[in-house]
Amino acid sequence: MIIIGERINGMFRDIAQAIKERNPKVVQEWAKKQEENGAHYLDINVGPGSPEPVEAMKWLVEVTQEVTDLPLCLDSTKYDAIEAGLKLCKRPAMINSVPAEMPKMERVFAMAAEYGAEVIGLAMNEEGIPKDSERRVALAMELVATADAFGIPIDSLYIDPLVLPCNVGQDHGPEVLKTLQQIKLLSDPPPKTVVGLSNVSQGTKRRELINRVFAVMAMACGLDAAIADACDDELMEAVATARILLNMDIYCDSYVEVFKQSNR
Amino acid sequence: MALEIYKEKYRSKVGEVVLGATKEQGGTRSHTITVGGEAALPFLHFEGEIKNRPVVALEIWDMAPEDWNPCFQKYYGDVYNDPAAWAKKCVDEYGADLVLLRLKSADPDLKDSSPEDCAATLKKVLEAVGVPLIVLGCGKAEKDNLLYPVIAEAGAGENLLLGVAEQDNYKAITSACMAHKHNIIAQSPIDINICKQLNILIAEMSTALVDRIVIDPTIAALGYGIEYSYSIMERARNGALQGDKMLAMPMIGNVGHEVWRTKEANIPAEEEPGWGEQEERGYLWEATTAVAYLQAGMDILVMRHPEAVKLVKQNIDELMQDNSY
Repeated sequence: MIIIGERINGMFRDIAQAIKERNPKVVQEWAKKQEENGAHYLDINVGPGSPEPVEAMKWLVEVTQEVTDLPLCLDSTKYDAIEAGLKLCKRPAMINSVPAEMPKMERVFAMAAEYGAEVIGLAMNEEGIPKDSERRVALAMELVATADAFGIPIDSLYIDPLVLPCNVGQDHGPEVLKTLQQIKLLSDPPPKTVVGLSNVSQGTKRRELINRVFAVMAMACGLDAAIADACDDELMEAVATARILLNMDIYCDSYVEVFKQSNR
Repeated sequence: MALEIYKEKYRSKVGEVVLGATKEQGGTRSHTITVGGEAALPFLHFEGEIKNRPVVALEIWDMAPEDWNPCFQKYYGDVYNDPAAWAKKCVDEYGADLVLLRLKSADPDLKDSSPEDCAATLKKVLEAVGVPLIVLGCGKAEKDNLLYPVIAEAGAGENLLLGVAEQDNYKAITSACMAHKHNIIAQSPIDINICKQLNILIAEMSTALVDRIVIDPTIAALGYGIEYSYSIMERARNGALQGDKMLAMPMIGNVGHEVWRTKEANIPAEEEPGWGEQEERGYLWEATTAVAYLQAGMDILVMRHPEAVKLVKQNIDELMQDNSY
């Protein structure tokens, strides 16, 4: 599974502070730490309250790229900020994200085609997050059809079925798992799938445990990627083990270490 | 509407290993040989580039082999006691792409030759032929660990392929290969997990050696479990093509050594009249075993019988014909 390291996000106080003071040290430390622990991409998010999202995004992309060659996942609802970031990315990036809504899809898919970027498409629209898997799959299909119309290779599209905190939307859990399975039947090749893993445990007491159990359950349903805490060792070990049990990697005694180095 | 035939897409390819070094590269070989580099399953040229031909090595010993079938006498009998002449004959007369020197005489139960004697033999063989060399110890770990550093030093600059590293005994040979820049054979007992783990262990000692590993998956002769080794090789190659770097190495197999231990290759016609003439039966057994392993992705076939070599090289010519469309 592709791990998109979630830590460079203005929602975290240390990153918000670093952006404000333009102090690259904290950002770069997190970039390196996540890479060393096996992240395949690094999520870059300036945070919800940023007064200057475009400039902040440019700065985060630049300072992150100074210390790592990992591809970046540009995370913002402000598409101008994403585009400014895409212009600076040394490797093809991922856009995080677009809902199944016009004209947002037009804006994002056109941009993805221009910069050769991958896209995370959210299975939601103006009406919000669907309750069941059927409606989620229908929205996923809209994303697939629109991406295809813009010439985006379908395996560059990551559908996020949207996970809710298990203490709030407990009934969403099985619907998300069902959605993950059904998305693989939408096209050939099928789109990839991604979840924002930490959402599932938001507001709970056993966050790491819930995250890693859900990760392996979702992997068994075909999940390709997760925006997650790459520095959570037990999560990374669980993911490496799930890859062995799903026959995705050939077993050897050092399989956990091998997985953590698969990003190099 | 034109029919579009489905083609498998592979995410990665097998690494290449260069054997030997010319004068400009610090050695004395007349040329180098590159193995590996496949970007598709064996000979599916239409799905990916099969960059380098599989090659055939002939096996020689540093002492007259007492247990080889008498049919080898007429090919090698006159040179059994002269490894340099033996090597030369393999290359000049029997078309070996490279020569594998097995330092059998170092075996404490045979001649117990010293590492220095073995190094001297290696030097003579290097002088006699221009092809890249593969060098194996006697097969007894304790003695081989004394041989490796001396052999590696004697062959410094020649970019040898040295064998063999095993899971329980890989440090001495890995150090020798690191110190004198040779390639290394990593041997696992028909076990994909150990195969991968051993490569990781070698890589942990030296990341530079990762691109110098040749996998010996351990093979069996036709009729003696060939399907086990075949499926291990198939899994390793599929893993390599799917991006498993710790399995993305070329493969070598001791075809001759295995085949010429079988009853089918050795029993005289008088004992089994229905089986046909012994020598022909033997080399056909060897050639058949070899071509099966070509289909499993073997890059270096170590063989013994000149007639089998002829047949196998002909088969390689045919398999290397581009069949892309």
